[in-house]
Parts: sequence; structure tokens; C-alpha cells
Amino acid sequence: MSEVLLRLDDIHVRFANQNVLEGAQLQVHRGEIVTLIGPNGAGKTTLVRAVLGLLKPDRGQVWRKPKLRVGYMPQKLHVDATLPLSVLRFLRLVPGVDRARALAALGEVGAEHVIDSPLQKISGGEMQRVLLARALLREPELLVLDEPVQGVDVAGQAELYRLIGVLRDRYDCGVLMVSHDLHLVMSATDQVVCLNRHVCCSGHPEQVSSDPAFVELFGQDARSLAIYHHQHDHSHDLHGSVVTGKPHVHGPNCKH
Amino acid sequence: MPDFLLNALLAGLALALVAGPLGSFVVWRRMAYFGDTLSHAALFGVALGLMLDVNLTLAVTVGCVLLALLLVTLQQRQPLASDTLLGILAHSTLSLGLVSLSFMKDVRVDLMGYLFGDLLAVGPSDLAWIVGGSALVLLMLIPLWRPLLAITVHEELAKVEGLPVAGIRLALMLLIAVVIAVAMKIVGVLLITSLLIIPAAAAQRHARTPEQMAFGASVLGIVAVCLGLTLSWFEDTPAGPSIVVSAAALFLLSFAWPKRA
Repeated sequence: MSEVLLRLDDIHVRFANQNVLEGAQLQVHRGEIVTLIGPNGAGKTTLVRAVLGLLKPDRGQVWRKPKLRVGYMPQKLHVDATLPLSVLRFLRLVPGVDRARALAALGEVGAEHVIDSPLQKISGGEMQRVLLARALLREPELLVLDEPVQGVDVAGQAELYRLIGVLRDRYDCGVLMVSHDLHLVMSATDQVVCLNRHVCCSGHPEQVSSDPAFVELFGQDARSLAIYHHQHDHSHDLHGSVVTGKPHVHGPNCKH
Repeated sequence: MPDFLLNALLAGLALALVAGPLGSFVVWRRMAYFGDTLSHAALFGVALGLMLDVNLTLAVTVGCVLLALLLVTLQQRQPLASDTLLGILAHSTLSLGLVSLSFMKDVRVDLMGYLFGDLLAVGPSDLAWIVGGSALVLLMLIPLWRPLLAITVHEELAKVEGLPVAGIRLALMLLIAVVIAVAMKIVGVLLITSLLIIPAAAAQRHARTPEQMAFGASVLGIVAVCLGLTLSWFEDTPAGPSIVVSAAALFLLSFAWPKRA
């Protein structure tokens, strides 16, 4: 197995007396694409924030390879309309970037044509590519992508996932991404981590999609559906705590 | 040109120069009300300075910084929205300043001067503080420029990329506090924010880069100071408000100017 870039163990996070994460664990190796999937409120973004060091877990360990260079692509970017900023200037906020390097990075993601456009004038798909280019300018060992295909049409989504695979090979970096979309992700990833406050199941896509815990979490149709269904393996009461009664199905990788 | 007018002009120009880039950040980061709150607190700083008999510019700077820290603490500790907190702090510190000043019977205080500025009374030592303070802020802005832009665009991205976001935000608050202390003599605590945001807002429509907007704001501020002082000289109008009126006129004119394609 190649070098471990990132290891999270037994992560617990509480917000306002709500358990957001209860003992989640995660590993990313160099050259590996790991995708976090799970329903809304499963703690995907929280786990990513812990990975990035933006949030300190209440309990548990976050280990990063020393001096790990992380390229981060946020879910969305809102720049105030009064700030006149071109795509080039946005990319040059990364120290040591000149026009040639910015153009090269935009070339890798297929967005050279927007280099001189104002950041507020480009389309959603172009914005995702620009954000990816900015992450690449950091020469990342680990790419962290929070819902990278948000606001992109279906054809563009497949193209973006393909691009992420190409970039992984070229940079030999690890990729950790969050996604809502089951179908496209399954074909574009090495490792799927199914999160619902804890890791319900994880493994290779084929393995996971036949896992009873996965089927429980996403429903029987999940494998053939491109559009994500909200189906929990449990229900919540008004206070958000899990209603017991219906047993949770443990998968082979279930760690609790 | 008489000395007092030359002093006034130099003080106004120094402030306009530094208000351009700093005001641009106030506009981009939507801190107009924050600046207003700090400047209202400046009067409390004046009262403290008189009470403790220390340099007023220093007292005002320290007062503004303390208020900024108090605000950050309050924002984290309780659920009231920021604009409510700012409103509470702005008016209570202004009132606290006025009340404290009224207790100092033996100190002759020109209240109007503090509220609306007393540019034509700027003496050589005031001028030294104003030029020195402005130069300090401009010098500090040079290394801070790119980090400030980075956190304005996306704070978490900047943090992941290794920038000390909290420190940079604090530095920006400090710079604004210094400019408020400097500007108080020129336009007074009630009008300071206008000098930060009006030139920046006027420059915004025609700027294509952050630097163009900052530089344009400085130029427009300088023009506003010259126009305001001219108005004040010939028509005997109050100098500070005349500068603000000139700046507002330039802002309106910026709409008449055709926008570049």
C-alpha cells in the first residue's frame, strides 16, 4: 500500500448538544480517491473541516503527514460584487503564481478562456474549474474537494469527475471528496466511505454498493439511480436524536 | 497660503491617501457599520485621554482597539446579531463619552470640534501625528495587502493555505482604529466613516482590479479634500462637512461618467 497521507481516528464532534460525529474514522493514501457519501446532516462537511484543521474535534485523533500540502476546493465561493477581481488575480492570491503558471493550471482544468474574466461573471461550472485550478497551484499532495460538482449540469459532472481522476494520476496526490451523487461517484472513486455520523461502511465501490448497510442507508434502488434518495437507516425524533427500535444493520466494515 | 490652511490641506491629503485602500476593504468586507461604531467610541477615547492626561491620538487608538476586542468577544459569547451589537456599542460609547466629558468641569472641551472635526485648527504637532499615523498605516498595508485580499475572498481557503486569519483580521481592525484616531481631528467622530467608504464606493464602478479601486479612492479623496477646503475658504462653511459633501458629489458624478466596456 502506498504512503498514508491522512488518518483520522475515533472523531467525535458535538455542536450545541447535538452529536454531529460519533467515532468516525478515515484514511487517505497517496494516489487514492476517497469519496465521502451520506445523507444530509451526516457530518460530511464537519469531517472535512476536521481534516483541514478548521475545526478541532472534541475527541479523537487527526494525523496528517508532516508538512502535508493540501489543496482545498470549498463548496462555493461568494465574492462581494464590489470587489473587482479577475480570475487571474484570484489565482495569484496564492504566493508565487504568475500569469504563465495561472494559465497552465487553468489549462489543466480546461478553463483557460476565463483567465481575464471578472470572478463574478463566470458560470457555475467555470467557477468549479477555477477553484480546482487554485487548489492545483498549491502543488497538492492531498486534494480536498467539498462537493466539487455543485451547480454543474450532468454532462459537466461526469467530465469533472473524469478530470479529477486524470489530475490524481498526474499529481500522484490523494483525493478526498464529498459527494451527494451516488451513481457518478461510484465509477470515479477507489474507496467509498459511507458516513452517517459514524462510518457505516467503507471499501471499494462494488463492495460497498452490495453492503447491507449501504442498501439500508440509501435504499434498494441506490445502485441503479443517479439521483440521490434520502432514506435513513433510522428515524429522528423532534430533538434530532435517533429513535431506537429499528435495528441498525452492521456492515463488514462497521467499526462499532 | 496661510499656515493654518497649509496644515489643513496636508492633514486632509494624508488622510485621503490612506483612507482609499483601507476604505476599499471596509466596502469589500461590509464593515461600514463596524467603522461607524469604532468612530463613535472615539469620543469615549477622548474622555479617557483627558482624564488620564495622555496624548489624545493614542488614547483614541487604544479606545477603538479595546472596543473592537470587546465586540469580537461579545459576538462569540451571545446570540444577538452583529448589527444589534454594533448599534448598542456605537451609541452607548458615544453617550458614555459625552457624559464623561460633562463631568470634567475644569477641562474646556470643544465638543463640536470632536463631533464634526476642526480641520482649520490643525497645529504643527497635530499635523505630525496625522502624517505619521497615515504613513504608518500605508507602510503596514504593503505586506498585508495580499493576505487581506485572500481572507476577503474566502477566509477558510486562506486558513487552509496557511494564513494566520485571526491575526490578519485583528491587524485590519487595528489599522482602522489608527485611521479613526487620525481622522477625528479632520472630520470628527460622526463623519469619519464617510471618508472611508464614499471615495471607495465612488471608485468602485470604474475599477477593474482591487488596486485600481484603492488608488482611485485615494485620488477621489484627495479631490474631495481640495474641493471641501476651497468651499470652506470662500464660503466660510465648516471644513469637515464640506469635504464630506464634496465626496458625496463625486460619488454621484461617478454614475454620470460612462462605464468602460
